[in-house]
Amino acid sequence: MDAVVTIPPFEVFYADHAGEVLSLLRRRVGRDRADDAFQETFLRALRAYDRLEHGEHLRAWVLTIATRVAIDTHRRAGDPIDELPELPDTDGRPAYEELAFLTDALPPKERAAVVLRYGYDLDYEQIAAALDSSPDAARQATSSGVRRLRRRIA
Amino acid sequence: MTVPADLDRRFRDAAVQAQLLDAGYDIVESPIGPLLVAATDRGLLRVSFDGGGDPDAALEHIARVAGPRVLRAPRAVDTARAELDEYFTGRRRAFDLAVDLRGQPGFAVSVLAELAMVPYGHTQTYGELATRVGNPKAARAVGMVMNRNPLPIVLPCHRIVGASGSLVGYGGGLERKEQLLRLEGAML
Repeated sequence: MDAVVTIPPFEVFYADHAGEVLSLLRRRVGRDRADDAFQETFLRALRAYDRLEHGEHLRAWVLTIATRVAIDTHRRAGDPIDELPELPDTDGRPAYEELAFLTDALPPKERAAVVLRYGYDLDYEQIAAALDSSPDAARQATSSGVRRLRRRIA
Repeated sequence: MTVPADLDRRFRDAAVQAQLLDAGYDIVESPIGPLLVAATDRGLLRVSFDGGGDPDAALEHIARVAGPRVLRAPRAVDTARAELDEYFTGRRRAFDLAVDLRGQPGFAVSVLAELAMVPYGHTQTYGELATRVGNPKAARAVGMVMNRNPLPIVLPCHRIVGASGSLVGYGGGLERKEQLLRLEGAML
């Protein structure tokens, strides 16, 4: 029988993930707005923390919250959110890794299209070549993947 | 990436302000070493001598009693820190802090309540304390409660000594017990 993964004290969880959350937010909303978004992310996490049933997937959980906060930040500022801003990567981690926790549950073709478009920054011609389909089909797979993600996040 | 200190502090203050913590704690420096001090919305929950080392075990323990939202948050223990500072500099003889004794068995709660009344600068024996809770034969059980006292210094288990006047024992080590009694002028 697997041991139950209990929820660690919030301090431990915060110490483990604060740096990564801040770096994700700086890329998503820029350095100026990242501080407020950082505080908002961990306050949201605190509000929900005592309702968690186990301590698994806490990293994916907090990165999902950070992503929602980033989207809200853009929404409040009136930024168009169809294209997520590509800000310079500051800690050397490949950007597509950030998407993995979101895209893992997408149907394979949509997942591949989304990761190639937003993770690797390929255009639809290149994605079509990679997936052995047409540019129109690649565009369609990407946007239906993004719509699915948005429904999940909203 | 390291979170800048001012941003980190801002979040910790905001968590206290929003009343989202099950317990907030901080490390309080003192003449008998760094103390880990934790408080909840009900009162002071823990004073522990392992403020200098890895706090993980203490945090796990606090989380089991109060809930998982345990965060280092200096503001949560501002009052306790101020009173402890006053005590250690000889400006305070009694603490005015509410205490949170959740998780303590009933017997321990009644012993700790009696313990709280032992005055500054005085000592009592384990047997005397046992008598005051109505069970003169329970000196050994009283000793166990002293040993596990969740709020040393504030609940003054250092004032409880053996029948012969020897210090007997202290959860934080005999040296600290002696230091506290000297501070209070109970040992010459």
